[in-house]
Amino acid sequence: MSEIYELRVNGVDYPVTADANRNLSGVLRDELGLTGTKEGCDDCECGACMVLLDGQPINSCSYLAAQAQGREISTVEGLMDRDEMHPLQTNILECGGVQCGFCTPGMLMSAHALLERTPEPSLEEIKVGLSGNLCRCTGYGTIFEAVAAASKVEKVEP
Amino acid sequence: MTDTSAGSTTTINPPATGVGNSVDRPDASAKVLGSFEFSNDLNHERMLWGATIRSPHPSARIVSINVAPALAIPGVAAVVTHHDVPGSPVYGLISHDQPVFASDVVRYQGEPVAAVAADHPDTCRRAMVAVEVVYEVTEPVVDLLTAATAKPVHPDGNVVRRVPIRFGDVDAVGDIVVEGTYEMGMQDQAFMGPESGMAVPAAGDGSIDLYVATQWLHEDRDQVADCLGLARDDVRIHLAGTGGAFGAREDVSFHVHACLLAQHTNRPVKMQYRRDESFLGHVHRHPAHMTYRHHATNDGRLVKVECDIVLDGGAYASSSFAVCGNAARFAAGPYKVPNAVVNASVVRTNNPPCGAMRGFGAVQVCFGHEAQMDKLAAALDMDPLEIRLLNALETGDRLITGQILDGVAPVRECIEAAAAFPLPPISGNDVFDQPGGAGRTADPLAVRRGVGFAVGFKNAAFAEGFVDDTHARCRLENGQVTLWCAAAEVGQGFVTIVRQIAVSTLGTDRVELMRASTADIGSAGSTSASRQTYMSGAAVLKACEEVAEQVRLAIAATHDVAPELVTIEGGRARTIDGRVDVIVADAIADVRFEAELRHMHRETYPLDEETGQGDCDVTWIFAAHRAVVDVDVELGLVKVVEVTTGQDVGVALNPLHVIGQIEGGISQGVGLAVMEEIITDVGLVRNPSFTDYLLPTMVDMPDVRITLIEQPEEGGPFGAKGVGETPSLSSTPAVAAAVRAATGLELTRVPIKPQDIALG
Repeated sequence: MSEIYELRVNGVDYPVTADANRNLSGVLRDELGLTGTKEGCDDCECGACMVLLDGQPINSCSYLAAQAQGREISTVEGLMDRDEMHPLQTNILECGGVQCGFCTPGMLMSAHALLERTPEPSLEEIKVGLSGNLCRCTGYGTIFEAVAAASKVEKVEP
Repeated sequence: MTDTSAGSTTTINPPATGVGNSVDRPDASAKVLGSFEFSNDLNHERMLWGATIRSPHPSARIVSINVAPALAIPGVAAVVTHHDVPGSPVYGLISHDQPVFASDVVRYQGEPVAAVAADHPDTCRRAMVAVEVVYEVTEPVVDLLTAATAKPVHPDGNVVRRVPIRFGDVDAVGDIVVEGTYEMGMQDQAFMGPESGMAVPAAGDGSIDLYVATQWLHEDRDQVADCLGLARDDVRIHLAGTGGAFGAREDVSFHVHACLLAQHTNRPVKMQYRRDESFLGHVHRHPAHMTYRHHATNDGRLVKVECDIVLDGGAYASSSFAVCGNAARFAAGPYKVPNAVVNASVVRTNNPPCGAMRGFGAVQVCFGHEAQMDKLAAALDMDPLEIRLLNALETGDRLITGQILDGVAPVRECIEAAAAFPLPPISGNDVFDQPGGAGRTADPLAVRRGVGFAVGFKNAAFAEGFVDDTHARCRLENGQVTLWCAAAEVGQGFVTIVRQIAVSTLGTDRVELMRASTADIGSAGSTSASRQTYMSGAAVLKACEEVAEQVRLAIAATHDVAPELVTIEGGRARTIDGRVDVIVADAIADVRFEAELRHMHRETYPLDEETGQGDCDVTWIFAAHRAVVDVDVELGLVKVVEVTTGQDVGVALNPLHVIGQIEGGISQGVGLAVMEEIITDVGLVRNPSFTDYLLPTMVDMPDVRITLIEQPEEGGPFGAKGVGETPSLSSTPAVAAAVRAATGLELTRVPIKPQDIALG
């Protein structure tokens, strides 16, 4: 049974026509064409589908799209500020934290949420904050460095 | 022909993005922006969705298949079974023994029986349930030790391969003998991007395009074409964005199914596995059972290594032939071993099929031989490092295959580098520093520290007489370089280093590497066996050098100087009189220079079937690891605190990305040591999810410290060796050794589980 509603993603309102049982990652990817959000496990475990809902990181594979009505959804496509990459994006490039890149969007969204919540995280807080995002290529060291470096960058900004 | 540099004496230096620099991946920006197209992002306005109907049983006879109820569902466009395979009914990487669809029997849980195409994934799911398959369940063969003599799982028999090695005096006896039996569980590659792709039928001519995440485009093409009954040129495989591989994409998965559905519906068909299906839909690392007997002199020199290895290949052969060969050849480790008796075999069971995974074959035996070296050290009251250094292989030594190790072999340097890092301080009492990961339940009073060492080696590139070739084409036109090579980029960074190679030879970073496709160029071979940098990197280098040579001759002709008075070095072309001094790419305009070639490594030979002797390898790769662990000996919780490594890399073409390979490989080694195992119960997979199959997270990963051992390898581009598999070899046994040191337990099986320690 299709429902018609609106989703606000990265500050843009999108009309949606989709069955009530559709998950948010599926609607973002298949209905809105926002394929930056990845699906790696369908099970709330890998974090590739991480998006922010009013700033809180959620696994969008396990969240009903219709429930996100009236809330602010942030995806990796909205991380760039006009033509400027977010410091997390530039740092993960510089640190070599991208290999296959499948985990990268989810990793960036978790890190973004962490730094919004805790601008000066301890090293342990970074690890715990990203422990819901699996990466099979990098062994995490370079991603950790990128987030640690971004937290310093964000500290000096007003 | 015009010369853009005529009359010019300006010197232009090539950009600092050539080999040896840690430049960014060319695809990294798209990946951080979310715009990189992975195989499961593919979309087509007319596309249908495909799905696979799989056997729920590990062993059964198929009584009947009725697809009519599924076809009656609105939105279902096609259901195909074994009746619909027009060409070869079987496929396979080395031997063609695996059915496209099971017809009479199923041999493992998850074996494909039918496939459906429909307008929506939900419709597919309804259709999958509606297909009626009647099975008569039979007793599965699941025990690897008795499988060889059990009822045949497959018409080809239950022994896929036996490799005996008889080297030196098989009756030699040492002053001291240590024995042990070791086991390794079934590891999953667990790449993040599940299997996916899209088949697109061409209008009119019966040919087909398949966009797929894969490791080996041309091998896929050959297998798919044979099954479809098409000429090989009528199947075009194009690499789709690939979310990791680690060996699991070397075999065909949904490829033929998607093509059949596309042919039947005459529409594009997209298929993507869910994670639970991915666990059933690709091969895994072979479980192993290994019995070792090491003989040594009283002063610690190895006299003889005896070893019996049995690998569980599961229902179909996949790359078991090669895995068994590796296990046998590297069974004694990177040591001077004058005498050896090895019997390796790989058997068929009704367990999940096993095949390639990072370090295939060598990973299993490294766990065995390294446990034995520690046992020997303990028996002789020697330091574990000392006994390894005493026996370390060197260039010029003879391997147990009788082959002379004639490449670079910095075993001693790797060991010393791993050991040279200062040991980490004792962990604090902070709950976060304690074993137990996110659970954090360890009692600091019960925590013991342990340190372990391990060393490993294997070959790189294909061995045993396999025709191992790769093709590359380079075109230079008006300063723009275009490269073609069908090497699959799966995340490892081939796309980065080929550009660096072009920069270093042609002097420009205006380089475009075309998408890998069977339509454009010959095979590059597989992205496996640590071979693409070594092989396809060398092919690209040769192609670029050939273009540079064409440019050199053109400069000579244009400037009317003798060719020997024109030099090309480091991407710069110069005439001896200084009239020309430019980057190669800008030397001559309005002319297309092009070179295409096939590159092969030196010839290798099969192993003698009776003695396992032969010059079967091209080059070897080495690493040593030291692991430091904290273990709660009462609860059995392990925290891997630190892993240090010295790794032989030849020359690092991109140091940052080499380090990325090493850290990633170590994470998989740590996972295999203490976390990761596919649990089977009478052939059924019990944990096909990331909830139950545990991968290391950022919290679980130890600090990693790395020393790159750079000694140029002849035959590699700029002296480079493959680096991908090496970190997975000895990281697992190093962690196991450290846990043994912390607990005093023998711990002969990995992954080591809490109960092995707490109840050990």
